[in-house]
Formats: sequence, C-alpha cells, structure tokens
Amino acid sequence: MRMTYAFKRTYYALGEPVIVEAEGLTKSYGTTTVLDGVDLHVRRGTVFALLGPNGAGKTTTIRILTTLTRPDAGTARVAGHDVVREPTKVRGAISLTGQFAAVDDQQTGRENLTVVGRLMHLGGPAARRRAVDLLDRFDLRDAADRRVKTYSGGMRRRLDLAMSLVSTPEVIFLDEPTTGLDPVSRTTMWDAVRDLVAAGTTIVLTTQYLEEADRLADTVALLHEGRVAVSGSTDAVKARVGGHRLDLGFTTDHDTTRAAALLSARRTDAPLALGLPSDGTATHQHHVLDALRTAGIPVATISTHRPTLDDVFIAFTGGQSPTSPDQAPLDLVTATPYAEDLA
Amino acid sequence: MTTLQARPTHTGLGNALTDHLTMIGRCVRLTRRNTETLIMSIALPLLMMLLFVYVFGGAINTGTQYVNYVVPGIVLLCTGYGAAATAMAVANDMTTGVIDRLRTLPIRGSAVLTGHVVASVARNALSTTIVVTAAVVMGFRPRAAFAEWLLAAGLLLLYVLALSWFAAGLGVIAKSVESASALSFVMLFLPYLSSAFVPPHTMPRFLRGISEHQPITPVIETVRGLLTGTPIGANGWIALLWCTGLLAAASTFAAWLFRRRNAV
Repeated sequence: MRMTYAFKRTYYALGEPVIVEAEGLTKSYGTTTVLDGVDLHVRRGTVFALLGPNGAGKTTTIRILTTLTRPDAGTARVAGHDVVREPTKVRGAISLTGQFAAVDDQQTGRENLTVVGRLMHLGGPAARRRAVDLLDRFDLRDAADRRVKTYSGGMRRRLDLAMSLVSTPEVIFLDEPTTGLDPVSRTTMWDAVRDLVAAGTTIVLTTQYLEEADRLADTVALLHEGRVAVSGSTDAVKARVGGHRLDLGFTTDHDTTRAAALLSARRTDAPLALGLPSDGTATHQHHVLDALRTAGIPVATISTHRPTLDDVFIAFTGGQSPTSPDQAPLDLVTATPYAEDLA
Repeated sequence: MTTLQARPTHTGLGNALTDHLTMIGRCVRLTRRNTETLIMSIALPLLMMLLFVYVFGGAINTGTQYVNYVVPGIVLLCTGYGAAATAMAVANDMTTGVIDRLRTLPIRGSAVLTGHVVASVARNALSTTIVVTAAVVMGFRPRAAFAEWLLAAGLLLLYVLALSWFAAGLGVIAKSVESASALSFVMLFLPYLSSAFVPPHTMPRFLRGISEHQPITPVIETVRGLLTGTPIGANGWIALLWCTGLLAAASTFAAWLFRRRNAV
C-alpha cells in the first residue's frame, strides 16, 4: 500500500508523531465539488485550526476525519486508524463537538453526560462519577439537575464540550466551538481548550474567527475552493503575506478606485481604504506616497501594522475576511443536509 | 488527569444490550418530559371518542351500541397519533447534532431507532389503557374473557410495533421535524377509511374497496370481535399477516434508510 508507506514515512520523519493525517481528500455532492484534494497533518498534542470562508469545505473535512462522511477519494488516518476501513477504532479514539449543540433539552445536564458515559461502556457507577467530574470542571454543578432547556447558550456549549470529554479522547474535533457565544463564554471555552492541550490532548478546530485561531492554534490551514491554500504555524503563515501591511485612507470612492488600480492594492474592510503588503520601512511609504502624488490622488490617512490572519485570509482567498460583517452569501441550495456550512 | 487511561472494549453482546437499554431509557425519559406531545397523543383520541360517541354516534347505525362499535377504532386512531410523535422524535435526532454525536460513539446504530420504537410502544400502551378505561366509563361493555383480552392486547402490540417502525422510517427520511409531522398524516388518516367509525358497506364502492383491503380494517375487526363478540372470520389471520408483514418490512426499511442516510 503506497499510502500506508507514505504515512509511515511522515510519521517517523517528523520529530513529533502525526496523529491526524489526510492525503488527497476529495468529496462532491452532486455537481458541487466541496473538497478537491485536501492534504493535512496534525502533530500530537497541538491545536490545529482549519480556516476558510463559508463553503470552503471545513465541515466536510471534519466529517470525513470523524467517520461521518466517506471521502470520494484520498485517505485519512486518525490516531493510527484509517477512517474508512476502521471507523469503530477511530471513534474509540476521538470525540466531536459539532456546529449544532448535541444536547437533549429535556434531559438534565447530569443525564446527558451519564447517557454518553453508558454508551461509552464505562458502566453505570463509573459513568455517574465521570458525569460529576465533568459537571464540576465545566462549572455546571449548580445546574446539574436542571433540564438543559433552561441553560444559557454558553452553558449548553460547555455541556456539549463536556459530553465530548466523557471518554478522554486522544483527538477532539471542534466545529466552530464559539460561534454565537458571548465574549465571556468564549474565553471560558478557550481556557477549556488550553487545559485539554496541557493534558496532552490534540485539538482540531474550525473557526470563522481568525482571532480565535491566532490565540489558540499552533498550526493553521486555510481552505479555499476545496484545497488547502496555505498551511503552517501562525507565524510562518503570516510571514508569507509580508512583514507589514500599509493602510491608506482616501476621501472619495473615485480616489480609492484609482489608487487601487495604480498600486494593485486591495480594499480593506473599512470604507475608502486600501491595504498593501509592505516591508514596514519609511522608504516604502515614501515610494507609495510619491506615486500617488504624481498621479494626483490625495491621501487622507496612512498607517502600518503587522499582518493578522485576516490579511492572510484576504491574500490567499482573494475575498473578504470571514470576520467582516459583509459575508459572502450562504449557498442555500445544498445537495444534502450534510453539505457544507448549514449554519 | 491522564489521557492514557485504559479504554473499555466496544464489542460483545453485553455492550449491545447496554447500548439498547441506554437509548431506550433516554427515549422514554424524553417522551415522559415532552408533556405537550404526551397529552396530545392521549387527549386527541379521547376527544374523538367523545365526538363520535355523543355527537355522530346517534346517527350511525351499526346494529349495536355505538360505543361498543367504535372503541377498537379509537384505539387504532390513538396509535396513529402516538406513531406521529415517534416520527417527529426520530426526525429531531436526525436533524440536530445529536445523530452526529451518537454516530461518533462506538455504538450500534440500531440502538438509536430501537430506543425510539420501544419508547413509542410504551407510550401507546399507556394511552391505550387510558382510552379503554375512559370508554368503560362511557358505557363500553366488552364481553371478552381473559384469553381474548390477551389476544387483543397481543395483536395491538404487534400492530403498534409495526406502526412505530414505520414511523421511525418516516422520521429518518424527513428533512425536518415539521415534515416528519406532515408525513405521518397518512397514519392519522387511514383509520377514517376503515371500519373504525362506520361499517364499510355504507361507503361508495371504490372507498369500500380501499376500506376492506387496507391493514387497519382486519385489525379493527379482530379486536372488535375479541372484545365484543362480533364475528371475526378470516380477519384474525389477515390481521396477523398484515402486522407481521408490516413489521418485517418497516423495520428492515427503517434500518436500511438509517444506514443509507448516514452513509453520506
């Protein structure tokens, strides 16, 4: 088996063992190609963030890695097991917290946790003990015997994560874990993720919030049109965009358009503003300002900053960053209920 | 804490039993707490019985006390409501994140549907008991011996089981809880086109054809015969054949749909 050999080679070549590895994953729903050859690898004990605009294939990738969807082609191994040939072994080593909180509103927090413990075959008493541990850990002890329908959004999400941890999985998949959460709940979630990583767990998450990836992730992969557009450590990825970004503000839309053409620069999220890669030196700024003055385009403001993941996003997808309010419209016609990004 | 804890094994008969019992426990708990649905699936048949016995019943000539005629029909109508609730509960699991969580656990897929079906049978047993008790209060006078009660209960149980699997299948193919509810319409409507409320020979010819050859009529005739002593004839065997056939087909079909839907 060629792939098996390739996996082994990667496994031993890297300093730290690879726990999640995918090669050439493809998936289509009808005529819509969602994944078009996705490769990725995640080292044990790290946080890996999958980024991408709506419809880029983030959720489909997660579904394949968690055995919920079969790829059309390509292979993936999680915790040493092939996701297609040994799904039960993969399931024994992972847990998934999906986009939709998978909690029963009519059961209490304790009952939700105990059911999962029983289904993990811990045995009754152990399942109940584990439920108590997790309720304590996720600050749900006071709400343990209340029905989940009375929980806040943050509490539901914490319970959802707690249900993923009943079995102490080796790899935890989190699909947009903080979407729709208030800032306090989001911070609690981030703390929980950091605790898990400190204890040796590997985390694979998807997010629309680039700040989240910036804070949590060791490595990121940016999915664009069904492929990995760029991947690596957050610093390395940012470095590929350029050392700095130069932002220019203008007073009229006409000036902004002319300047964009002149400098081959992109508009930023702010109105009447352009951003372009820069080395951060005064010389480069002079250069740009001179070119604009020669062309007779007045500049209102100028500033430089270090690139963020938003810049990476814009540079590699050629679109708007997912954190901008003006998102690309959702693809409402999906071939199956499990097609990408229903939320 | 450590991540190197020994993992339990996930195969074997004992675990399969645990999976099923756990899922049954969950579904029974959810059913019990979904008060509106529970009340509706008991109250609606009761209201229908009041309506038929006291409003329409006087004008319907069945050759016996109408309450004695209508009770088996009401019981089957009641199962229809119960099964509709099952379709909605299954659809709810299938269209929320719950199914993804369950499927990433190392458990048997069959446990998911079995849990709902067993909860459905339990709910129907409860609502049927209440409906029959209410009927007795309203003047229903069954003449059945103990053995006949047992046979009637057994046949109803088989019918409820078949209908619950059918409902579970509808829940699997439904795209939403609302569409599951709409799909279950057929189960609520079929009793009206049977001998449940009026004798089929009073219907126009083509409706009589439907009425006499659909599964509900022989089940009703058999239960009616067992409880009130009307002639059963071949209906007993026909009912038994329908129920076992439906059960085998519906459970196979539901399990197949479940695997297919989850194989994307």
